Amino acid sequence: MFDPHVPHLAIIDKRVQESPTIFSLRLQYEDTDRQEAFEFAPGQFNMVSLFGVGEVAISIVNDPEDSHFFDHTIRVVGRVTKGLEKLQPGDRVGIRGPFGRGWPIDEAMGQDVLLVTGGLGCAPLVSVIRYLLRRRDHFGHIHILQGVKHADDLIWREQYEAWSKDHGVNVLLAADVASRDWPWQQGLVTELINQVNLRLERTITMLCGPEMMMLAAIAQLRELGLADHKIWLSMERNMHCGYGQCGHCQVGPHFVCKDGPVFCYSELADFFGAKGF
Amino acid sequence: MTRKPKLAVHKFSSCDGCQLALLNLGEPLLLLPELVDIVHFAEAGPLDPDAQVDVSLVEGSISTPHDVDRIKQVRENSGYLISIGACATVGGLQALANFTDRDAWMGQIYSNPEHIDALQSSSAIADHVKVDLEIPGCPVNSGQVLKALRDLLSGIVPRSESQSLCMDCKRCGVVCTLVTKGEPCMGPVTIAGCGSLCTSLGRACYSCYGPTPLVNDQPLTARFSQLGMDEAAATRRFHFITSHAPAFKSAGERLKAEEE
Amino acid sequence: MPARDNRRPAYISRSSLQTLLDRLVSAGYACLGPTAKDGAIQYQPINNLNQLPRGLRNDQEPGHYRLRQADDERLFAWNHGPQVLKPLCFAPQEVVWQERQTESGMSVKQSMPATKPTAVIGVRACDLAALKIQDQHFMRKDSTDPHYQARRDQLLLIGVDCAESAQTCFCASTGDGPALDGGFDIGLAELADGFLIWTASARGTPWIEELDQQPATDDQLAEMLQATENAAAGQSRHLPNEKKLTQLYQRLGHSRWLDLSKRCLSCGNCTSVCPTCFCYSYEHHTAITGDSAEVVRSWDSCFSATHSEMGSFQVRSGIDQRYRQWATHKLAGWQEQFGRSGCVGCGRCISWCPVGIDLTEEVQVILNEGSRDV
Repeated sequence: MFDPHVPHLAIIDKRVQESPTIFSLRLQYEDTDRQEAFEFAPGQFNMVSLFGVGEVAISIVNDPEDSHFFDHTIRVVGRVTKGLEKLQPGDRVGIRGPFGRGWPIDEAMGQDVLLVTGGLGCAPLVSVIRYLLRRRDHFGHIHILQGVKHADDLIWREQYEAWSKDHGVNVLLAADVASRDWPWQQGLVTELINQVNLRLERTITMLCGPEMMMLAAIAQLRELGLADHKIWLSMERNMHCGYGQCGHCQVGPHFVCKDGPVFCYSELADFFGAKGF
Repeated sequence: MTRKPKLAVHKFSSCDGCQLALLNLGEPLLLLPELVDIVHFAEAGPLDPDAQVDVSLVEGSISTPHDVDRIKQVRENSGYLISIGACATVGGLQALANFTDRDAWMGQIYSNPEHIDALQSSSAIADHVKVDLEIPGCPVNSGQVLKALRDLLSGIVPRSESQSLCMDCKRCGVVCTLVTKGEPCMGPVTIAGCGSLCTSLGRACYSCYGPTPLVNDQPLTARFSQLGMDEAAATRRFHFITSHAPAFKSAGERLKAEEE
Repeated sequence: MPARDNRRPAYISRSSLQTLLDRLVSAGYACLGPTAKDGAIQYQPINNLNQLPRGLRNDQEPGHYRLRQADDERLFAWNHGPQVLKPLCFAPQEVVWQERQTESGMSVKQSMPATKPTAVIGVRACDLAALKIQDQHFMRKDSTDPHYQARRDQLLLIGVDCAESAQTCFCASTGDGPALDGGFDIGLAELADGFLIWTASARGTPWIEELDQQPATDDQLAEMLQATENAAAGQSRHLPNEKKLTQLYQRLGHSRWLDLSKRCLSCGNCTSVCPTCFCYSYEHHTAITGDSAEVVRSWDSCFSATHSEMGSFQVRSGIDQRYRQWATHKLAGWQEQFGRSGCVGCGRCISWCPVGIDLTEEVQVILNEGSRDV
């Protein structure tokens, strides 16, 4: 069923406005056989195309076991996403995918998982959080650390509140600029790392967000003694093809679309944070 | 769409070549009235210069006091304003006069220069009002204009070309005149869009489309010099149709300074 | 370097090559051969040997390419023009799919190229080495590009040894020439009077069987070997070995990159003429009526402003970063991706650079002068 070269049509089943600039689409392939056969892993993405305009790489955020649909949460940043924003249920988009390597679920089995994210609702990480929580028994403690610039930027606030009530789930949030009804910390997400009681020998870390944030978090985690091979991160680069052929997304010898977007820090260490890569 | 968007094509100081380029579109031009109401387009017929419109295409530079007032009115009347062509985007060929004593020139050419009411300089539309999109070229590539209109009709932000002419030449299999003939071709610093018109005929590009977003003029002028071109001639490569594009203006001024 | 493949050549006269051409044409092949056009060797449809660049030589230097007439009958005594095989398989610009609005919504249709059997005459070892890399990239097992493959499958490749090198050639140092070494169907070595010819694939064999062949003499075999040895010996440029090239990744802060940003135009000529560069981008060409669109794939370049664009941010906004991306990817990153460096030593990036930047020189400075790290 995997055919990376031509998009296949999917119908918008549902649209949710998550924040002024973020919306989610629930999609179904027009071809029901294709929908039934559609398999993906948390952290993988699709190329979503808007008729007559262009394509954009978007992470798949629902659970892989949902076989009747797939969800994309999209932030309005460029011309394609601005166009996708206007679509309504019943409209169609083109889909190529799924592409890339997702989160290291097998490596995380039986481990504590520290999830660190910054910025406006990092979709790739939300997908793995939902995945872990649905299979709660397979993992140790789960720490969810989320930082936002402004308290109002936090989307899925109810979701964070719900997650924090789960057994063995530790949710810590920080906002650079807090508002009056912000019950969590004021400051940077990296400051939250110190508040977590990390069991280093059995913790795996997953990061997603602005590279400066990830760089700071990685430096801090390494200083705490976490091994490089236990640090995983999701990268974002310009993507056109999705399968390692068009060349745009390369970071050093890695094609982010094919070898990533999720990388182990040890694979990227030489290039991560180097200007121009 | 409940009503057809309204379109106006305004002319300022120009040769009308960009309007003609639009008229030369062929079939797509005949389809255009099905999509938009063309309320003002002097070269094609419709005249209503003061109409309120959704999109204005503006040809020509600002070179008279009357132009200065008129462009403000056009801006006010337009939802989205696109300047088209070298005159509108960078002041055009007529901006060459900005480098000279304009009054002296007019005295030499016209017997009664006092009847001419012109500004001391010719300048781009964006120097006077907010411009939403600039499409370069002398004349403009009407295909690029259509593409921008199509994007606007689809509610999408139009995109500008950013690659060098060299990329286009290579894709079209045009052999490099600079490398094979030592011609002082401006292609490496010129934005693609013309369809390699001159270069495909073996002529060096003279940059009627103007600069790429990132111009590294020094190594190119050093190369021109190796090829036997003096500074004055090299200056004229940069100070020609798009002389007032900032990257070309400064390159030419650097060459002039080196000449002195 | 002498011929390395297990060739068993026979002698044919120069005019026998016309017989081969005739047979290919009558079998329905499009025959692309070298011609002198617009001051360079360009591959065009041919049906007669008279269309070949008889006696022509190419003078290639950094930023410089000229054809020169010599007083002999040789048809292949030049090295190459700006392009040969890359555009034949990886099209510079092509429609990959079409979108159409229909009554029920929309439809998407793959757009495949019209192809026909195509023989390419006079392909060099460097270009065959480059094709092998492009095959590896575009015909990867998990995602073979259907457009590339459709064209690639139609090619019959007639290679020829290089008997001379251009001043910009350095294939001997990359191990990709000047003698043919695989990747072609029929091999040729041009002698002062005629050719040695041999088949290198089952596909090539039938075409030469009925040519008027004579057993190659020892003198002719010696002339063939001597020619490529001379061509290799004539090369003054070289690239360091692959192990050394991987050290480029340890030189990311070298001051030479900044120095390059003062000399490089970021025009993308080097990547366009490079026979292994594979970057492309998609663009929608939408009909003015808005009800149909063609998605066009075009050659892109890591020297383009939009290549590393993310929203309004460019990962590589500076020319130093773009040149470094090209050079480190081509020479070091490629080794991890494809098991070898992406450079085949053809020297096109040197000849066709408008300002004559020499990749071999830049790389040697960057690798040999590590103390200049900033």
